[in-house]
Amino acid sequence: MNRTTKLLLSALSALVLAACSSGVKLDDTGQGAAPVESRDGSAAGSGVGVSGADARGVQPVTLDPLDDPASPLSKRSIYFDFDSFAIRDEFRPTVDAHSRYLNSNRDRRVLIQGNTDDRGSREYNLALGQKRAEAVRRALAALGVQEAQMEAVSLGEERPRATSADEASWAENRRADLVYQ
Amino acid sequence: MKALFLALLSALLLPLGATAQMRIDVSGVGATQYPIAIARFAGSSGLPQDVPAVVGGDLSRSGAFRVIDAGTVLSDTDTVDHVAMRERGADAVLSGSITRLPDGRYEIRYRLSDAVRQAAIGGESLIVGERDLRFAAHRIADWVFERLTGEKGIFSTRIAYVSKQGDRYRLNIADWDGENIVTPLNSPEPIISPSWSRDGTRLAYVSFEARKPVVYVHTLATGQRRPVANFKGSNSAPAWSPDGRSLAVALTIDGLSQIYLVPSDGGGSPRRITSSTSIDTEPVFSPDGQSIFFTSDRGGSPQIYRMSASGGDPTRITFTGNYNVSPRVSPDGRSLAYVARRNGGFVVVLRDLASGNEVLLSDGGREESPSFAPNGRWVMYATGSGGRDSLVAASVDGRVRQRLTSNLGDIREPTWGPFAN
Repeated sequence: MNRTTKLLLSALSALVLAACSSGVKLDDTGQGAAPVESRDGSAAGSGVGVSGADARGVQPVTLDPLDDPASPLSKRSIYFDFDSFAIRDEFRPTVDAHSRYLNSNRDRRVLIQGNTDDRGSREYNLALGQKRAEAVRRALAALGVQEAQMEAVSLGEERPRATSADEASWAENRRADLVYQ
Repeated sequence: MKALFLALLSALLLPLGATAQMRIDVSGVGATQYPIAIARFAGSSGLPQDVPAVVGGDLSRSGAFRVIDAGTVLSDTDTVDHVAMRERGADAVLSGSITRLPDGRYEIRYRLSDAVRQAAIGGESLIVGERDLRFAAHRIADWVFERLTGEKGIFSTRIAYVSKQGDRYRLNIADWDGENIVTPLNSPEPIISPSWSRDGTRLAYVSFEARKPVVYVHTLATGQRRPVANFKGSNSAPAWSPDGRSLAVALTIDGLSQIYLVPSDGGGSPRRITSSTSIDTEPVFSPDGQSIFFTSDRGGSPQIYRMSASGGDPTRITFTGNYNVSPRVSPDGRSLAYVARRNGGFVVVLRDLASGNEVLLSDGGREESPSFAPNGRWVMYATGSGGRDSLVAASVDGRVRQRLTSNLGDIREPTWGPFAN
């Protein structure tokens, strides 16, 4: 989900919330309504029209490789075969790239979210999603990533990326995602 | 105390109003239907709830009664014309009166008589505020049911379930017939596995609001909610111990899901009670608290096992097929409802624990999350069959099914609350 969608969703949530009157309401301000940060950490727009700035000054910006669409780090999903928890060879480069990044950035933390298709028990699927997240966590650990940098969790069948009841959708949902924090 | 609890509940959990509705479709009838005539109660017209009609609806939907219109107003003090009622086909007659008291509350007096023996069976009265008239009607239906069948009725019990509409998830509570909906939790993230404390004052559930599953205990009267299992990894599948002091949960502290006990008021360290190198999840206590049933794939496929609540070697319970999950124990501890994959579909099975005999309680093929009524006569489950997610209450003899649909969107994860007391 991109930020625009999230902002729209949080605006919608606010509308829905305003229309409801009972019980405990949770809002997603922690995720959806977070202010958009600029790349270099300064407030967005602060460089515009600032008097007295050195017109020849250069503030170097280094893109985090995580944000580089050409980097293998831009791949954050690892797919699994039906009833399988083995990381397929085609996803080894993705795991390797993330292990290198995490090993050279010891302050970065990653949430590994396992997912499943929606067939069968929600709780058993939650446990199966955990097994997928755990497979990725172990692979990263074997490549030297510190335990404190990782948390393997499961979303089970609760957050499907594809919602049709067909093989293509089920395959899309048999997945672990790397979510940097 | 009861009145206070109800008043608190009413004040804090405002109904969603006209926007939230459920619909019930009943199919099948009981093996024998007891014919009962329900009179219009004296003083019942013009009230916000048609009390005798709600009583009749309850008894009729149970499948155990055939409700006959008495065709007249009959106060609890009126003499019942048993011969006339027999001619209408009734074996029993319910009559009553509703009186508004000076403090604004209502006194409902009601009486049941046996038209065959032409004798009074008994009578009672209730005093309730206007907003509890519907609850009072359910209590009257419970009383009639118990007097005529010898078993406790479940008409005044409530169910908790989760609805999903767009990107909103709601934890809802409704009367057993789907009416009177209140929403203790409204969230942008998924909610699963609600579970009632035995006294009906608290719900444990799993919420994904922290981008991972965390187990909360939610006190309904105050809206206070507290994470009781929030450890590294996933926290899920809460099941109350019968004494309400602890919860069995599935945690992933050491890798795969294993079953632990945690205090229900938070704090304390979790005590691990299974130790496999496979998945162990979906724990549920037997009613006597001595055993825990759970799902494990230690044998190569997910199956149901039973172990002592204090730990030790489990015994495998299910052997038919390669996918048997979500065990729930009946209130008398004698049977087990669970979900089985049969012929590629997921169905609810009822198993007699002593004999191993099994009957199917569903045939849609997209069922999950069974839950027993507190009198053991019904199992409610979620089904995706028939176009959208809805709830079904099936009688344990397999004869009657009630399907609840909602305009709240998809509804799932039903869990039947305890007797109202």
